[in-house]
Amino acid sequence: MKPRTKRALAIAGGLAALGVAAALVLNAFQSNLVFFFTPTQVAKKEVPLDRNFRVGGLVEGGTVVRQQDALTVSFKVTDGAESVPVVYTGILPDLFKEGKGVVAEGRVGPDGTFKASQVLAKHDENYMPPEAAEALKQAGHPMAKENFAGQGGSKR
Amino acid sequence: MNWFYFSSPPTFFRLAGRLAPWFFILAAVLAAWGLYLGLLVAPTDAQQGAVYRVIFIHVPTAWMSMFLYFVMACYCGLTLVFNTRLSAMMARAIAPTGAMFTFIALWTGAFWGRPTWGTYWVWDARLTSELVLLFLYFGYMALANAFEDPRRGDRAAALLALIGVVNLPIIYFSVQWWNTLHQGSSVSFKGTSMHVTMLTGMLVMSFAAWMYAIGATLVRVRSVILERERRAQWVREAGAA
Repeated sequence: MKPRTKRALAIAGGLAALGVAAALVLNAFQSNLVFFFTPTQVAKKEVPLDRNFRVGGLVEGGTVVRQQDALTVSFKVTDGAESVPVVYTGILPDLFKEGKGVVAEGRVGPDGTFKASQVLAKHDENYMPPEAAEALKQAGHPMAKENFAGQGGSKR
Repeated sequence: MNWFYFSSPPTFFRLAGRLAPWFFILAAVLAAWGLYLGLLVAPTDAQQGAVYRVIFIHVPTAWMSMFLYFVMACYCGLTLVFNTRLSAMMARAIAPTGAMFTFIALWTGAFWGRPTWGTYWVWDARLTSELVLLFLYFGYMALANAFEDPRRGDRAAALLALIGVVNLPIIYFSVQWWNTLHQGSSVSFKGTSMHVTMLTGMLVMSFAAWMYAIGATLVRVRSVILERERRAQWVREAGAA
């Protein structure tokens, strides 16, 4: 074997071993790499109830209620199966809307309500002019829901 | 044809000098066209309004940040296997441009995230792995220059670059493997979820970034060649002339 062939094989072998190692490590850390938990996981208590965590899903239609002070807002986050009631005081991102994606960080209070310290909007990867979106809506296209469920983590 | 003709530093030095301006001209023309499409022709987005137009910078630079790392790693592999001089110089020349594109992708992403998500930065898998890519570029550059003997620097840094390749699939698939705040890919091998004018603008901008990266690499590799070969006969002759 030529030295260069040996070196090529050593590099290929090293990279393959590294790839396998990385895959194993990432697989082991799977649950820690999750950015948010789904409402189903919250309902099943598969979440760290004693500390802060994030819950993500869609803002359930018709559940957004603003309090008197105009800064406190309550809504429900749903993944289609379960939903979590959330209370938040502060300024919401521009893209916060009923039926759209949201990720809230906070903890579950004694009454089962999720007290959020931060609310982030999660938008999907569809880009289209308003007219096209309107047309899809009229055709009853369930775009937002499909896309939120399409992500790896929320399927489990 | 002799495939190794252009792998000789003096030959490639002259070739790079002749080609680089053309790539810059192409980059400028494509960028002008792409920005025209992106900022004036493409419609606003139904959800985000005009804010989404960051995409015309953000996605091309993010793509280039990953692609350049891949190309750099290929040159590093050639360096380790064949011990070729020019491949190591090419890898060194690519690194700063790759780091720049990574930085622009992170930077524009932060300014896109603030109005849409409500935050400049989150530690989700996509953003974190892209930041790791920036540190890999920095690490490569630091290690390549940490040795008295540049050939040793080449080999040490090449090894680091090859190890870092593991990060590329992590960046690309992070939005599929884990749930992240970052949305999934709008363009994949299966198709696209973007309006056609928006997509065209983004692709034209990507080609502009590509042409710029080639031009910048060729210019930089010329200075790397000159520095490395300063004691060689051909450089002295060129200097004396």
